[in-house]
Amino acid sequence: MVMKRIIPCLDIRNGRVVKGVQFLNLKDSGDPVELATRYDAEGADELVFLDITAGTENRDTAVRMVERVAKAIFIPFTVGGGIRKAEDADAMLLAGCDKVGINSAAVRRPELITDMANRFGSQCVVLAVDVRRKANGYRVVVDAGRTETEWAMEDWLLEAQRRGAGEVLLTSMDQDGSNAGYDLEALRSASNQLRIPLIASGGFGEARHALEAFRAGADAALVASALHTCGLTVKRLKEQLSKEGIEVRPC
Amino acid sequence: MIGILDYGCGNLRSLENALEFLGLESCRVGTPEAIKAVDRLIQPGVGHFGYAMTQLRKGKLEDPVQDFATSGRPLLGICLGMQLMFQGSEEAPEVPGLGLLPGRFEPFTDPTLKVPHMGWSTVEFQDTEGPAYFVHSFFLPEWNLNVPHQGLGIAQHGRPFVAAFRSGNLAGCQFHPEKSGIWGLKLLKEMLTW
Repeated sequence: MVMKRIIPCLDIRNGRVVKGVQFLNLKDSGDPVELATRYDAEGADELVFLDITAGTENRDTAVRMVERVAKAIFIPFTVGGGIRKAEDADAMLLAGCDKVGINSAAVRRPELITDMANRFGSQCVVLAVDVRRKANGYRVVVDAGRTETEWAMEDWLLEAQRRGAGEVLLTSMDQDGSNAGYDLEALRSASNQLRIPLIASGGFGEARHALEAFRAGADAALVASALHTCGLTVKRLKEQLSKEGIEVRPC
Repeated sequence: MIGILDYGCGNLRSLENALEFLGLESCRVGTPEAIKAVDRLIQPGVGHFGYAMTQLRKGKLEDPVQDFATSGRPLLGICLGMQLMFQGSEEAPEVPGLGLLPGRFEPFTDPTLKVPHMGWSTVEFQDTEGPAYFVHSFFLPEWNLNVPHQGLGIAQHGRPFVAAFRSGNLAGCQFHPEKSGIWGLKLLKEMLTW
């Protein structure tokens, strides 16, 4: 059996972690390497670095960060944010990350998924999909939720899977930042559509939410702000999930 | 010196980082001469079986790797690099593998399974077990019992499959020991120091 994964997400700005992570005894809470090491030691199964400043001018900073992280942790990690073409992904993969997340650029130019899958293999293509609930179902949105697209969630997921995406990171923009739980209906629907693994994102606040997401069909849960601000640790989260009968990697 | 086979299939960086962390010296080898010169060889690999074998042949590395294996020096295949050591894979049925060991890889076909098998699964050896990070869509259903082995690791994804083995100077793991946390690093060190 493949175990359910807990994936902390770190927001990066100019090579530094933002949204102040409240760890004790951390010399520099903005240092991605120190934080990554800490999460690794706590039992995180994977990490996601989301570069919110990503753009060509910051590419070198991001690459240097990836190089340092890759020397410090020995679990898989994904880098996302501002990846527009296969060359951008190449630079990140060469620097040592395992997977690259793409989002808006893939919606604008779906061939990006195919390009990356052909060049680097599907295993390193994480398609991030942001959705919003509408009267007639879930709609794909881009540009951090500002722009609505023509894609219904289910259609886009199938298209992405067909083009070679290796994994889907599904974020509910309605739930994101709420700490009120993932959008379970969206997860159920996505999980029914997909054969590739599904990562739940947006809304995590407590252990129960991850449990619900896994029961709704998610293979992994992205946890962000609650770990940073609510004092919950990966270790404690996994202990609680384990008690509920969810198979997780022991810390 | 440990050589890491560089044939354009996969990211060698993670592996190099792990070896450096373990205090093991390594170099990339991408020519027949360089392969001859190392004491130990790691064959990594991600992507498509057919493409990888084509890359090996294009680089004129197929014979050198086979010679290396028959010379008795230790060869470790990781992920697709392990698959290439066998006879073939349904991923590219017309493309023969290196054929160092008998066996063919099959796809996961159970429609209720997520494919690729991506994430952490337990690998069970006779005397130990631990969680390892996998990413693969094809698997070796069983070990050919006519071939002696000195260790076999089995994992499950809907069904059991060969996750790791050692047979004489040949070893392989379907998972990524360099990405399997502390347990993986320990295993990697063992596989590179016998």
